[in-house]
Amino acid sequence: MLKIENLHVSYGGIRALRGISLEVPDGKIVTLIGANGAGKSTMLRTISGLVKAESGSIKWNDKELVGLSIDKVIASGIAMAPEGRRVFSDMTVLENLRMGAYLRNDKDGIEKDIQRVYELFPRLKERNWQLAGTLSGGEQQMLAVGRALTSRPQLIMLDEPSLGLAPLVVQDIFAIIREINKTGTTVLLIEQNANMALKTADLAYVLETGNITMSGTGAELLVNEKVKEAYLGKHKN
Amino acid sequence: MKKNNQRQGLITAGIVIVLLAVLVLLDNAAWVPPMLLTVLRKGVIYALVAVSMNLLNGFTGLFSLGQAGFMLLGAYSYAVLTIPVENQTAIYQQFKNGGLHFSITESLTNVMGEFGTLIGVIICLIIAGAVAALFAYLIGLPVLRLKSDYLAIATLGFAEILRALVQFEKLGPVTNGSNLLYGFTSFSNFQIGTLHLGTVMPFLFSGACIWIVVLLINSTYGRAFKAIRDDEVAAEAMGINLAKHKRMSFVISSFFAGISGGLLAMYQASVQAVTFKSAMTYEILLIVVIGGIGSITGSILASFLFVGCSEWWLRFLDNTTVVSLNGKIASVIVICVAIVGVVALIFWRNRKKAFADKRNTIFLTLIVGAVLLAGQIKFAISSSLQLPLLRSGFRMVIFSIVIMIMVLFFSKGIMGDRELPDLLQKRRNAKAAKASKGGDAQ
Repeated sequence: MLKIENLHVSYGGIRALRGISLEVPDGKIVTLIGANGAGKSTMLRTISGLVKAESGSIKWNDKELVGLSIDKVIASGIAMAPEGRRVFSDMTVLENLRMGAYLRNDKDGIEKDIQRVYELFPRLKERNWQLAGTLSGGEQQMLAVGRALTSRPQLIMLDEPSLGLAPLVVQDIFAIIREINKTGTTVLLIEQNANMALKTADLAYVLETGNITMSGTGAELLVNEKVKEAYLGKHKN
Repeated sequence: MKKNNQRQGLITAGIVIVLLAVLVLLDNAAWVPPMLLTVLRKGVIYALVAVSMNLLNGFTGLFSLGQAGFMLLGAYSYAVLTIPVENQTAIYQQFKNGGLHFSITESLTNVMGEFGTLIGVIICLIIAGAVAALFAYLIGLPVLRLKSDYLAIATLGFAEILRALVQFEKLGPVTNGSNLLYGFTSFSNFQIGTLHLGTVMPFLFSGACIWIVVLLINSTYGRAFKAIRDDEVAAEAMGINLAKHKRMSFVISSFFAGISGGLLAMYQASVQAVTFKSAMTYEILLIVVIGGIGSITGSILASFLFVGCSEWWLRFLDNTTVVSLNGKIASVIVICVAIVGVVALIFWRNRKKAFADKRNTIFLTLIVGAVLLAGQIKFAISSSLQLPLLRSGFRMVIFSIVIMIMVLFFSKGIMGDRELPDLLQKRRNAKAAKASKGGDAQ
């Protein structure tokens, strides 16, 4: 379980996160929705150790993550698919997946996990030898998720997996996210596409200018009037 | 799979043995033009430094221009450690009591004979690399935080500082100031009986180093380097320690640049700081770009091509008149090939356009090409024609034109980021894919 308490993060003088507390229980899909600049990506970057926290604590299975370097965080079972896909464009699909397992040493286990990714994404198996830069946007997103999975994480953090993808492809991606979750991996999902995210998530938090303003189950927030107005584009009649 | 690897290993070993045999033959046959040996020796040394630069620029994506500086460190370290004690007073005549008063190669030769010389050279080359690597580590601590152009500027400046430092009077007793260092163990010292090995040795040393670089690139570290090149943020998200890997790539690259500096000292049989100007770094950069950024075989091919052109084939461009028949023939062939090549290139680029669109271009190209060719034929027939453009330094103009054409039309270089075996492998893969598809259908 990931437990964040009273987390503060600043960039220079700008306070990006102002005392955030949230919980990601094991085996659930938790989503964090919010507008541009609300601090969603900062949240992920802080958990993974790319950004230093000012104060507060991030407890992962009762272990403190604040102050750990990113390789330690990843080795402890947390993986991240960064925003904007960011696949290694001049490397093949297979090499990209191998990069995800960079910190692992068990060759057989890595091969097994790569096969598992290929089962989840048959499209990637077909494109095994293709350079990642030549894949379509949806395939690149699949690769980014697959790459995060090859580190065999207990918690996978996805930063805007629907960004810039066609609606049909977005549905595919979310279906796969649910499938990943079914195999026992906890998912922390960050989304602007609040509708899809809330439908998929067990638990949801709404982030506004560095504060959490609402929380509840996905279904609860989906019918919440405030959320409807601000994030789902449905006006009160 | 295992069988395949074994076969590949055998083929590689066979190629290496044949290559070495040919080199020994070339070294000792009387009919071999000395220029060919020069090109081979200098070419393979440049190949090593180009590969080391490619490791940094092509595989890790760090644009550094410090190569000449690290070569200088390597060359001086090698030379200082191997000058025989008896020659040191003569060489360091400007500096009282100069020199180290010992020579690693000499001492080892005294103990173990010829074999000792070889061991001594290897040890000194490794020290040469290590000195370069040490400096790279120290300068890398602050400089590697910079990105792209800034890193290039900083490393270029660092290389110039090193060159100035070596010429510093106070360091004279070790570096001999701005004077020559000479008389140390060079390639001409390698000889078994009457069998000369002056060309085989640089190939062995360089080849071994390049092989190590290839192994490195194919390892997990190599993959991490490529990941950093492709996307730093994503690489970091995979758990790659950016600072550590960048430093590692920089240090290793400088290590091999240092070794190639030592080899260059051996090849030239003398060392002087003026040789290692930034122009040398640009030559190496040129090789890397022509060969293809991110291709080892490309860098190797390009370095032979570059050294061949600059030392041999394009020499005639620096003379206003060509007297000898051979020279004439060579120059006519080179220029004709260049003209026909450019014309063919323009045609090829326009091949998909409708005739009406490309009419003007084609006529213009044909006319200019024909006039140039006619000029060449006239030059070939007449006995004492002076060509208006050819003069000392014109070679470099041609080089610059070549690099412009490269960048405009083939920005990926000869090989792009592929390797020679890849090209063969691709064909095999295509065949295999076809075969397996046939199998699926049944």
